[in-house]
Amino acid sequence: MTDTQAAPSYILTKVDSFITWAQKNSLWPFGSGLACCAMEMIATAASHYDIARFGMELFRASPRQADLFIVSGTVTNKMAPVIRRLWEQMPDPKWVIAMGNCAISGGPFPTYSVLQGVDKIIPVDVYISGCPPGPQALLDGLILLQETIAKGHPTSVMFKDR
Amino acid sequence: MNTMEDLSGSPAFRNVCESLAERFPGRMDDWMMEKGELTVIVPRDDIQEVLRHLKGELGFIALNDMIGLDNMNSTDGRRRFSVLYQLYRFPQPVRIRLRVDIDEGQDLPSCYYLFRSSDWAEREIYDMFGIVFSGHPDLRRIYMPEDFDGHPLRKDFPLEGRNG
Repeated sequence: MTDTQAAPSYILTKVDSFITWAQKNSLWPFGSGLACCAMEMIATAASHYDIARFGMELFRASPRQADLFIVSGTVTNKMAPVIRRLWEQMPDPKWVIAMGNCAISGGPFPTYSVLQGVDKIIPVDVYISGCPPGPQALLDGLILLQETIAKGHPTSVMFKDR
Repeated sequence: MNTMEDLSGSPAFRNVCESLAERFPGRMDDWMMEKGELTVIVPRDDIQEVLRHLKGELGFIALNDMIGLDNMNSTDGRRRFSVLYQLYRFPQPVRIRLRVDIDEGQDLPSCYYLFRSSDWAEREIYDMFGIVFSGHPDLRRIYMPEDFDGHPLRKDFPLEGRNG
């Protein structure tokens, strides 16, 4: 055996930065296609706009395997309990994007059947306006969410004084 | 008043009108041609028998659709609600439309056991207008949540809903 073992390497960073770096670069979206916004979300996932560039290509069909809830479309009052339940089924940490005017505020439907904003039932991190917002807008919102996650302090929850 | 001469160019419609007039004397006189289709206005108490006659004797085996109407703001003195039955016959294709006018609070006999396609149609009209179809085995709301207050397609229902 020769004694030519490579010198060990080190990277110095903060624990917060390491955790948020991991979180923001592998967001697993749960795409709930509720209306026409879903078409734009699907286009964003396809090769032309290629959401995989940001580490988010793994759209999950189950909320239990996802940490990003993209509410894309009109939330009716009948659907609202389902949306709430799906959000509750997602494991922490989790984030929510309200995609499109309907999910933000009811949009063009100020009516008896439509929930006037998904933030009445679940907390929203990023609002993306548009009717529907195009893939560029969705990517812009996702990058904004990544920046928001990067500013977070997950360790403050882990090591808070008891 | 319409006359049989109005139907001289369409023997199929003429046969239907004559058969109805013979089976229900004096009660099927109110009919009109609307957009090339025959529309018969049927008294509420006769609707089930008329449907049975059309299906059994005249071969209208398909109930394509049922439509509710709220005539609250109409100026021609119609009753509050209308329910339309859109029937289709093949292989000698003819469409006819039946209209039943009812007052608020009146129910209609269900035609569930005659046309199974009326199941969800009657539930929809019940949900949207509050018209009760007596005899329907499962008359629940179909669009709105179970605990919804009111019937949204009534003209006096506020667009934004009752709770804001």
